[in-house]
Amino acid sequence: MRRDSCSTRGGFIPGNRELANLNSPRPTAEAKPARDYGEPMMAHVNPILPDDTVTGRSLLAVVAIMSFLAALTVGAVEIVHVAAQEWRTDVVREATIQVRPMPGRDLDADARKAAEIAQAAPGVVEARVFTKEETERLLEPWLGTGADLAALPIPHLVQVKLAASATPDFDRLRRTLSDSVPNATLDDHRGFSSRLAAISDTVALTGLALLALVLAATVLSVSFATRGAVAANRAVVEVLHFVGARDSFVARIFARHFLTLGLQGGLIGGAMAAALFGLARLLSNVLGSFPRSGDAASFLGHFALNARGFLWIAAIAAAMALVTALASRITVHRTLRAID
Amino acid sequence: MVRFENVGLRYGTGPEVLKDLTFSIEPHSFQFLTGPSGAGKTSLLRLLFLSLRPTRGLITLFQHDATRLRRSEIAALRRRIGIVFQDFRLLDHLTTYENVALPLRVAERDEASYRSEVVELLQWVGLGERLHALPPVLSGGEKQRAAIARALISRPELLLADEPTGNVDPALARRLLRLLVELKKSGTSVLIATHDVALMDQYDAPRLVLDEGRLYSGQ
Ligand SMILES: Nc1ncnc2c1ncn2[C@@H]1O[C@H](COP(=O)(O)OP(=O)(O)OP(=O)(O)O)[C@@H](O)[C@H]1O
Ligand SMILES: [Mg+2]
Repeated sequence: MRRDSCSTRGGFIPGNRELANLNSPRPTAEAKPARDYGEPMMAHVNPILPDDTVTGRSLLAVVAIMSFLAALTVGAVEIVHVAAQEWRTDVVREATIQVRPMPGRDLDADARKAAEIAQAAPGVVEARVFTKEETERLLEPWLGTGADLAALPIPHLVQVKLAASATPDFDRLRRTLSDSVPNATLDDHRGFSSRLAAISDTVALTGLALLALVLAATVLSVSFATRGAVAANRAVVEVLHFVGARDSFVARIFARHFLTLGLQGGLIGGAMAAALFGLARLLSNVLGSFPRSGDAASFLGHFALNARGFLWIAAIAAAMALVTALASRITVHRTLRAID
Repeated sequence: MVRFENVGLRYGTGPEVLKDLTFSIEPHSFQFLTGPSGAGKTSLLRLLFLSLRPTRGLITLFQHDATRLRRSEIAALRRRIGIVFQDFRLLDHLTTYENVALPLRVAERDEASYRSEVVELLQWVGLGERLHALPPVLSGGEKQRAAIARALISRPELLLADEPTGNVDPALARRLLRLLVELKKSGTSVLIATHDVALMDQYDAPRLVLDEGRLYSGQ
């Protein structure tokens, strides 16, 4: 395709005819006039910012490590939260009556009496005196096997199972009990439950504080790296401004690099944390499948991350990528305003 | 379109390099800016290009007070101005094609819409064979032509050129001058800083003469 005059846009570029009138046009331009330039694959192949000058491997490592720590924190908080919740629902569905030995009273009769009274209270499903064997088993960790409990002044325990819906009037039950069985005390587990709640809340708050620290460290590292990248590309940034680039355009091309890096780092860190929790879960499943390993398994079972926990990890990894891009973008804007 | 009133410029605490400049650039005009080396030609172009602020006086650029522009306005005004730097300022990691297309890329235009324009212009300045070359392997004159092409590609209303023919042979210099004259005919105001007297003799245009920071209308 040969064009007589390069007037595709009513251009100022003199056409070939005028060109021929020039005294001595460039031989290169004359040798191959008006080539068909739709043909060569003309495209922007190079990014505006040279790739290797913007983000480095060490920053990728920092973001990956930070994402790992953040994901670990979120996973741990979730595990503790879920476990505490489970324990609390178990624990508040129960109450215990302790009947202490008292000179001149029949301990067994007192325990039975207390159970009867409790059984009669509204909201109580079942009240049962712990058998001698059960009590022995409870005390085994402290006293060892084969201890003669009969010789010791061990209190009797009455386990009171509560209805899921209605909470019984503990104060009234406590009064009725003390009227007829003065050596009985009722423990409604509320103290334990609120302590569990406090522990769970403390863990969550600590987790939040850790997350805040990790985020702050990430933002600081990214800002620092961004300032370095802008400084390294100062000549490029200057030329971009000269040809009419807005700050937002320049910030965007930097932030694009950092978003990529943030995504990579978040993915690596998040995947590492997820793998770790997955391994723990697998381990607890395997342990749980062995007979007579009940205690270890139930303990580990509580510490296996659930699906929601894994979603949290994915969310935190994505958040790290966003934070990285945002921090660099804001830093570029600030740096640009500072350099001229 | 541009007015300077009693403009003075000093770098830091140094002496005034430009003193009491009063002149204007009219639409569709073509002017040479000349004067000995160190007279302040580049400094004057930098004032026009908003990369320096005057230490005194008033500059009005496209009806804007140049001393009170926000950063976004500066970017918008620069898109109406093309500049050829004395030291070219090409980006070494971009090809000739990419360097010339940069103003359009930065304006976020779709590449398909300007590809042929860029190639056409590059061919006209004799760089049709060097589209994929990186600036470090271009000769001085080739770099100069790429720099000129980059300033022209967005068809600016005002073109500032700092020694645009400093590195080319007289024949090519005439050819480039011819390009700039065509540009003026198509509606752009052109200001060429040069001390190439032979070049100025090629085209009859007003000359602004700078000497020791003061401006004289020559010719
Ligand atoms: N960034 C700067 N800082 C301090 N002084 C400068 C700076 N740039 C230029 N000058 C001084 O300002 C004066 C004018 O310089 P300028 O570059 O404008 O001259 P010029 O007319 O373009 O010269 P040439 O023809 O050699 O390009 C010179 O004395 C120079 O030393
Ligand atoms: Mg100069």
